[in-house]
Amino acid sequence: MSPAILEARALGFGYGTKAVGRGVTLEVRPSEVLCLLGPNGSGKTTLFKTMLGLLPLQAGEVRLDGTPLSTLARGDIARRVAYVPQAHAAHFPFSVIDMVVMGRTAHLGLFASPTAEDRRRAAAALAALGIAGLAGAEYTRISGGQRQLALIARSLAQEAPAIVMDEPTASLDFGNQVLVLGEIKRLAASGLAIVLSTHDPDHAFSVGHRVALLDGGRLIAQGAPHEVLTAERLRAVYGVSVAIERVAGGQTVCVPDYGAPAARLTGIS
Amino acid sequence: MSHLKRGPVSGNTPIRDDAVRHTAALAGSRLTVVGGLAVVLTLLMLAAAMVGAYPISLGDMAAAFARRLSGAPGQGQVETVLFEVRLPRVLAAALAGAALAAAGAAYQTLFRNPLVSPDILGVSTGAGLGAVLGIFLALPVAGIQLLAFAAGLATVGLVYAIASLVHGREPVLVLVLAGVVVGSLAGAAISLLKVLADPYDQLPAITFWLLGSLAAMRRAEVWAALPLVLLGLVPLVVLRWRINVLSLGDEEAKALGVEAGPLRLAVIAAATLMTASVVAISGVIGWVGLVIPHIARMAVGPSFERLLPTAMLLGASYLLAVDTLARTMARIEVPIGILTAIIGAPFFLWLLAKGREGWS
Repeated sequence: MSPAILEARALGFGYGTKAVGRGVTLEVRPSEVLCLLGPNGSGKTTLFKTMLGLLPLQAGEVRLDGTPLSTLARGDIARRVAYVPQAHAAHFPFSVIDMVVMGRTAHLGLFASPTAEDRRRAAAALAALGIAGLAGAEYTRISGGQRQLALIARSLAQEAPAIVMDEPTASLDFGNQVLVLGEIKRLAASGLAIVLSTHDPDHAFSVGHRVALLDGGRLIAQGAPHEVLTAERLRAVYGVSVAIERVAGGQTVCVPDYGAPAARLTGIS
Repeated sequence: MSHLKRGPVSGNTPIRDDAVRHTAALAGSRLTVVGGLAVVLTLLMLAAAMVGAYPISLGDMAAAFARRLSGAPGQGQVETVLFEVRLPRVLAAALAGAALAAAGAAYQTLFRNPLVSPDILGVSTGAGLGAVLGIFLALPVAGIQLLAFAAGLATVGLVYAIASLVHGREPVLVLVLAGVVVGSLAGAAISLLKVLADPYDQLPAITFWLLGSLAAMRRAEVWAALPLVLLGLVPLVVLRWRINVLSLGDEEAKALGVEAGPLRLAVIAAATLMTASVVAISGVIGWVGLVIPHIARMAVGPSFERLLPTAMLLGASYLLAVDTLARTMARIEVPIGILTAIIGAPFFLWLLAKGREGWS
């Protein structure tokens, strides 16, 4: 088995002195998709930002390609791991190709601008995701799904062996969700290590090689999707009754029981 | 959705070439914009050097330049007017316009907000306070510049600190309001200095200077401001790509490999230096740093690499045209700050009414 590209050991994370999570240990290897699942406020985004060095770590260690994160400069980090934030509205109407070329920044000198070669690589990243036709479009005028794909293209242009994606399917319509998940599967097959957070257990079943379940800032379980995402655990974490079913195509899906009393709501009172 | 679907693999290459060609064509048309603006600025400088209370013909100007270049002795009034008064003023106007527009473009890109400008962030008023203090203390131009820079930097630092301390509100609104508040505080301090100033000597100088004017531009003023403007411009030019990336916000910029904190400081210091060194010689000339980068962004898009030269050329041409108007439209000279406000304010309202198009 190839060594881990991105790993967290006994990681403590949070904002300032406020702790959000403790003792998180996880790793992702080439050609692997790790899905991070957890309810709202469980600390998924904070964990990601800490693993990317955007927030100082409070305890433990993060290693990129075996090197401790704390010893790496921004550019070194960016060449090892790319970040795909949730598709956002940009403030300025950059063209999609300009947006994607920004992924090349870590490969440029401090005073350098992208060369024709950088633009070619950015265009290739767009083409790889099937959105080459959007190159000249304004990033502010394309749909949410197209923006998400453009941001993924930017992370490809960054040419890092690992990509961290924060809820890449959030706020996308059904068709775009399928499209983005399909691309994620394909990127992992091409050798990239991918960590993504999602709210949908079905997404973890369909693209995740491994799943980590985060609740209250702690990892409840980690492993293969069908081992981690059991009806009992999902009930414990989300407070709703579900059944895990295998459908005809071999896919595993999570079927909520809408009739059961919502333990979560009664629990909160 | 159909345009999102991936075509057959063989279809990828022509599409990719198409994308590259598209960017190349775009870059070409934008180069034309910059070239055209450079021609316009050159023509405007020629015209501005010709008109005025003492008109100089193109032939006289060429002859004067030829004599100057060959080292022959000057021949009276044409030389005096051209080299001592007219050209310094023309250069000062172009310099001030370019510097204010460059600073505005940098602030807007950095704060991710097309509404901010040296005026709105309070930099102009802050630098104004420093310069008024310099006049009050009867300092030489270099001292006035230093005080203007220090006060301008302190103002933008204070505004930014206040804005980052206030959480849970629209950050842009907080930034703009903090700029207004700090700016009005600086305005109050200026008023205090006006009360304390010598009413026969310093007060008229302060008042005229606060209105903004290029009337007193001689070679000494241009030489005092030019090196500092160039010094402030260097970081903006060499860091132009990273400034672009910074416009995505600190977190994204960091994830893309940019040291956001130090870069932001460097750019703020550079833009403030440019603003302050111009404010120190010309007084407070408002609206240029807000409106010009806006128009430039409409013309060439938001990418700072193209925005910076376009905004500078546009700003230089604009302020030169307005200043030439200011000294020729009436028997007495109209302070340029009044004209830029009369032109800038309605234009800005028009932009507001037109909606956020071209901003976001």
